[in-house]
Amino acid sequence: MGKTLIQKIIEKNSGKRDVKTGEIVFVKPSIVLSHDNSADISKTFEKMGPKKVFDPSKIFIALDHEVPPPDSKKALNHSIIREFVKKYGIVNFFDCGEGICHQVLPEKGLVEPSTVVFGSDSHTTTHGAFGAAGIPVGRTETASLWALGETWLKVPESFKIIINGEAPKNVFPKDVILYIIGKIGADGATYISVEFTGDYVNRMSIGGRMTFCNLSAEMGAKNAIIPVDDVTRSFLRGRFNKEYEPLYADKDAEYAKVIEIDVSKLTPQVSKPHKVDNVSPASEARGTKIDLFFLGTCTNGRTEDLEIAAKILKGKKIKAGTRLLVYPASKEVLLECLDKGIIKTLVEAGGEINTPACGPCLGAYGGVLAPNEKALSTANRNFKGRMGCSENTEVYLASPATVAFSALHGEITEYQGD
Amino acid sequence: MEKIKGKIHIVKENDVNTDLIYAGKYTYEILTPEEMGKKTLEDFEKDYYKKLNVNDFIVSGTNFGCGSSREQAVTCFKGLKSGGIIAKSFSRLYFRNAVNKALLVIEQREFVDYIFSKENGENLDIEVDAENGVILCDGKSFKFAPLSGQAKEIFDAGGLAEYTKRKLAAM
Ligand code: SF4
Repeated sequence: MGKTLIQKIIEKNSGKRDVKTGEIVFVKPSIVLSHDNSADISKTFEKMGPKKVFDPSKIFIALDHEVPPPDSKKALNHSIIREFVKKYGIVNFFDCGEGICHQVLPEKGLVEPSTVVFGSDSHTTTHGAFGAAGIPVGRTETASLWALGETWLKVPESFKIIINGEAPKNVFPKDVILYIIGKIGADGATYISVEFTGDYVNRMSIGGRMTFCNLSAEMGAKNAIIPVDDVTRSFLRGRFNKEYEPLYADKDAEYAKVIEIDVSKLTPQVSKPHKVDNVSPASEARGTKIDLFFLGTCTNGRTEDLEIAAKILKGKKIKAGTRLLVYPASKEVLLECLDKGIIKTLVEAGGEINTPACGPCLGAYGGVLAPNEKALSTANRNFKGRMGCSENTEVYLASPATVAFSALHGEITEYQGD
Repeated sequence: MEKIKGKIHIVKENDVNTDLIYAGKYTYEILTPEEMGKKTLEDFEKDYYKKLNVNDFIVSGTNFGCGSSREQAVTCFKGLKSGGIIAKSFSRLYFRNAVNKALLVIEQREFVDYIFSKENGENLDIEVDAENGVILCDGKSFKFAPLSGQAKEIFDAGGLAEYTKRKLAAM
């Protein structure tokens, strides 16, 4: 019996041969990611009594969740982190304004294919877009990883999701992955490592692949991977400058499920309140009045996302009485968008541009909802209260194109393509 | 380990997510577990924590704790000295965080179905033997698989912080 991709990655990073599904092994990460939660993690870490971190070059911290900090408590959080970074000589620290952790990590060439990235954030699955196993862990476990440089994993079963076909021009990777989550359900892939393949996936940009792996967390997946190909190589070139060994699943690997999807007839999708798997065609939500449109987050805050939005909004204005919040996912994205005139277009259309960061995605600052308001967002979660207020609020999720096009109408409107 | 005796409280839903258990707006405030306890399930029901006495259990549906990696959604129950959570299933990350924080989490579908089917299951007495995997409630007994291996070692140490501390001290 052949091996799945996750089995091979775990073997490579645990030094064990022939690991079996369900077996518990100790794994060494290539990098450990965290963000504003590093203040709390650092306290737990110091209580554990270590003299140093396992490797100061393998800890990555980006400040993104409350940037710029909205009050002194959160500012204090940041200053605790800066102290920690200095004290332990953390090499890969990215201060406010650099961007969202999941965007900055690959941009800075810190994701190595075929390795394990542990992250104290549930969307660490994103890094599967580069052929790595991005595995989310909690804060205590992150502290333990900082101290020991390893942790245990149960070798997961795998799903293979094969996506073929040419998508209609109004259908984007976000629509495809929302559709898949709707089919599989919020817990349909719990404990599972998901492998995405198929000709649609092969043609997808790095950004689309990140959207896919990012949202896989919303079907419960332990991680999601897209194997290394030319698209990955061209992104890594000039960023990740070391040799790396791409790994691939064996042809006869065993999967708990194989799911095939044809996207040629798919239409734009939305995820409706208050669960991400509550997915339907956007047309079914047509006419839902929206107060706040949100472009950004680690799911869809990249240049290609803002570019499609700008294309739709060019020379037009968003519906009077609504707001359009724009949070580029990183400084690199912001600079690219400035160069391309995207930011100008979005501002002229009525958009509010913010510092590259998470924004109101997690409901802690920067444009949260008021009672009785509805948002249409490019993010990955629409739980009750997620955007900072649970009093009769609703969050809908969609692609950047659907968000931009709907902003022109002030209500959910299916984007037809140009 | 001693048997845990308390009462049950029913959250009759599937996919009870971490935002619902512990709202995102508090995640970057540094609070003690006891303070966190007071936020427990606040968006599900105001002042929910007041119902939960020491050693009481939450009974809920599938995919409990889905959503973010936030450990406070586990720690808040520790702050209330809750007996633990019994659900049809847990999200992977929640289960792992619970082990790492030594919060007892039990997957037992049959038991949850039984409780959900009752007219008035709220506040029933419950006794849990975590070592041997037995739930006693309403005159019935339900078995579950107790923790084993690495997870049990971490749980028995009182959580991963203590476990790592011992490991570092032994290095
Ligand atoms: S953008 Fe949203 S989902 Fe992504 S890391 Fe930030 S808070 Fe989490």
